[in-house]
Amino acid sequence: MKSLPLEIRSLNVAYHRKMVLWDADLKIHPGRTTAIVGPNGAGKSTLLKAALGLIPSASGEILFYGEPLKKVRSRVAYVPQRESVDWDFPVSARDVVAMGLYKKIGWCLPVRSRHRRMADEALADVGLAEFAGRQISQLSGGQQQRVFLARALAQKAELHLMDEPFASVDAATEQAILALLKRLKEQGGTVVCVHHDLDTVAEYFDDVILLNMRVVAQGPASEVLTPENLRKTYGARLSLLDEAVVDLSRPGAPREP
Amino acid sequence: MESFWRVLLLQDHNTRVVLGGACLFGAAAGLAGTFLLLRKRSLLGDTLGHATLPGITFAFLMADSFGFSPRSFLWLALGATISGVTGMGAVLMIRKLSHLKDDAALAIVLSVFFGAGIAMLSAIQQLPGGQAAGLERLIYGNPASMTASDAWFVLAASFLVAVICGCLLKEFTLLCFDEAYAMTVGWPVRPLDALLMGLVVLVTIVGLQTVGILLVVALLVIPPAAARFWSDDLRTVTLVASAIGGISAVVGVISSALLPGLPTGALIVLSAALLFGISFLLGKKRGLLMRYFVEREAARRLHREHVLRAIFECAEESDPVVSIDALLAKRPWKKNHLASEVSLLADEGLLTTDPSGSYVQLNGRGDSEARRLVRNHRLWEIYLLTHADVAPSRVDRDADLIEHVLDPRLVQELEDILDDKARERLVPSNPEKLQP
Amino acid sequence: MMWSELDTWIVITGALTAMACAVPGVFLLLNKQSMLGDAISHAVLPGLAIGFLVSGTRDTFPMLLGAALAGVFTGVVSGMIERRGRVEAGASLGVVFCSLFALGLILIRLAADHVDLDPGCVLYGSLELAVIDSARVPRIAWQSGGILVLNLILAGVFFKELQLAAFDPRFAKASGFPAGWLQQGLTVATALTTVVAFESVGSILVIAMLIVPGATAMLLSRSVGGVLLGSLAVALFSAVIGHLSAISIGPVFLSLLTGHGNLGSLSSAGMMAVCAGLIFFTILAMARLTQRFFSRVKEHAVSPQA
Repeated sequence: MKSLPLEIRSLNVAYHRKMVLWDADLKIHPGRTTAIVGPNGAGKSTLLKAALGLIPSASGEILFYGEPLKKVRSRVAYVPQRESVDWDFPVSARDVVAMGLYKKIGWCLPVRSRHRRMADEALADVGLAEFAGRQISQLSGGQQQRVFLARALAQKAELHLMDEPFASVDAATEQAILALLKRLKEQGGTVVCVHHDLDTVAEYFDDVILLNMRVVAQGPASEVLTPENLRKTYGARLSLLDEAVVDLSRPGAPREP
Repeated sequence: MESFWRVLLLQDHNTRVVLGGACLFGAAAGLAGTFLLLRKRSLLGDTLGHATLPGITFAFLMADSFGFSPRSFLWLALGATISGVTGMGAVLMIRKLSHLKDDAALAIVLSVFFGAGIAMLSAIQQLPGGQAAGLERLIYGNPASMTASDAWFVLAASFLVAVICGCLLKEFTLLCFDEAYAMTVGWPVRPLDALLMGLVVLVTIVGLQTVGILLVVALLVIPPAAARFWSDDLRTVTLVASAIGGISAVVGVISSALLPGLPTGALIVLSAALLFGISFLLGKKRGLLMRYFVEREAARRLHREHVLRAIFECAEESDPVVSIDALLAKRPWKKNHLASEVSLLADEGLLTTDPSGSYVQLNGRGDSEARRLVRNHRLWEIYLLTHADVAPSRVDRDADLIEHVLDPRLVQELEDILDDKARERLVPSNPEKLQP
Repeated sequence: MMWSELDTWIVITGALTAMACAVPGVFLLLNKQSMLGDAISHAVLPGLAIGFLVSGTRDTFPMLLGAALAGVFTGVVSGMIERRGRVEAGASLGVVFCSLFALGLILIRLAADHVDLDPGCVLYGSLELAVIDSARVPRIAWQSGGILVLNLILAGVFFKELQLAAFDPRFAKASGFPAGWLQQGLTVATALTTVVAFESVGSILVIAMLIVPGATAMLLSRSVGGVLLGSLAVALFSAVIGHLSAISIGPVFLSLLTGHGNLGSLSSAGMMAVCAGLIFFTILAMARLTQRFFSRVKEHAVSPQA
């Protein structure tokens, strides 16, 4: 039996004595795109970071392809939130993408021109070919997001974990990311994204995980996004209008002429 | 004056030693300091410097018990290292065990450790033999007292810093830029960080003699900050930072020969400050003056294009001879600003004005230039309309900004992307007419 | 251990100075600007020196003026470097105060030729000498008391505003708050306190008195008022214990440890900083241990609902 790209059992994460994640269980299936959605502060980013070992967890088991992360790191790529770095850093888009290759290059050895070419190819894949030499602060928010994606692409991993890739990006970047997700799927890869927008989640992703400190529901988008589940996830915070919007955006729902 | 030339021409052996040692320290500090700056921990150097004092004084007091000469620099350096590292550990501990932030932890360790050092210094001052004076030199710095063996130590330390930073350049770069990502990929982030901090400690120890405890932080902070104005490429920044550090040290030592009695360390720092000021203003990439010129140039280009477009559009709507008043009505221009641009365009040979100056007309070249700009602008408007669901009423504003960023190549792509119908049809002057 | 009237004055002055420093220090801490205190205490040096050079004496007023200007200059220039030069905040501050400090060292050396001034004294103070005065109540005690009262009044009058600005600076700005003036006010208060304090504890040890008492209080209290009161208490305590240990256990301990027999009194200011630090670290350790204890209790008692 082939192992799942990611399986989490009973994950508990606390931050300063406050529980952020409570007995989270989830399974990610290969070759599909999955979105993690939930209200703010629900622990979505925490879930990703805890899975990757970036923050300590109180308890729980996390397996990537049936193994602990440190054994299969080369098969997993992480795309952090854009805000997590200082974009004023003196590096170019190409330099950032090349960082995805550092592990392959190895300790102390320099970045060679062939690595730079590989970086350029990854940048071309996300539509940023002519921006390769630009210093990253001279890129727009959406372009910066795509640089992060290109870096993950350069790793040639199988599982991609992305933290809010669609947050505050322009239309062109949104299209580029969607195209990228589609391509990754076609190549047999698996994608998990923390997503902030209920309106688009059914359209962009195959599966959805509803998260509010604990996993409320997971499965195919059409099955999971029921008013009942949404109420359980968002509680009173989800207004009637939001519910209506989500209803309409579900695949198969009646569309306006 | 004669002594100045002696120093400058490096005739004195002692001077050569001092200059060499100081210069190497400056370069090493600039290099290590660059990573500190990128890590946003510049002021850690201040805490580190102050935290070495108790170690130095304690080592001094304990020297006899351990059979060392209290004057031995290596022995004192050992004490300095241990208390410096302890200080950094204390900073981490405070951050981990409480909700106090970095700034508080740094200030606490800095002041408490330094206080302990001062208390022990007061004990040393009571000892017979006036040995405290030598220690005070470590507080203010006294490179003139550098011996050949001290200089060898500086050389070895600087070399080590350079080699490690050179070998681990990409590792340190990644660590400073995106620690979380580095962790996920499997880099040993904690050990790398510790190594980097270790280099900073090493540079601090080297600096004790050159500029003293209180000013070491200056050479860790000022040269890298100055270097950043000259380049957007990390490797270049580290090189420039080392250069600025080294040059400041040299200038400081030479000034010290000219102005005896003034503390050399302070002169070195002031030289660095001067170089910072120059970089701040004239730095090629981010210097104030440079940016001012770039922005002024961009604003000028923008204005020129606005004027040409406005003239073309006015001409399209009615008469090829366009009145200044009609132009003024198009955009919120100031009359002088418009007039000056019109005369510039006339000088360029793109348009002609009538003798009274209230009418303009584009000539052949001006017309094709304006046409190109207008086409750019309208193609972009159409792209935004059909591809980005932007409300028509907003298009003009947005388009104005984006078009001036457009590459001629990108324009070509837009023309290819666009529907053939749009290209065959006359490009409409008002995008609102495009609605189905 | 012999106790003289001088010792009493040392303790009183030290306590007044420490408490005077603790007040602005609390707000620096709350604003996450502890290192601004460090920067200001370094940056006032040239202000002091220029005050000396210009007035030719050690009169207080020119020094206070010089210090206030130096403090404001630091804040303004480092802010400009940060915004216009896009330099990181800590580095901007570092560039400014290091340069000013170096300038100050040079000016002090020059001033020392004109005025009776020992550079060492300026940097790390000499409380023991400062209290020696022909008057019944030493001048320095008056000054320290005065600045303490002034700081307390300012803190009282602007309490709400300081609290709001510390808690939510953006909201404060958006609601039309004169947050900029408040910041400058805090900077000036810190600078003035630094100058008054430098004679007793030196410009560098001022940082200990600015930050450590407040930090200790923050470990124990979550309200601004509580932190202020706590910091005053810690400051007072550190000063008293500090001087006591400087003349008694300090030298004895050091003598035993290092084998240099019969050491006399240590620097009171230094020991005050050390005592403040010891109090801080003790409370840090205790707070952590009690935290651990209580969370273990919770774990056993409570079971999470599925």
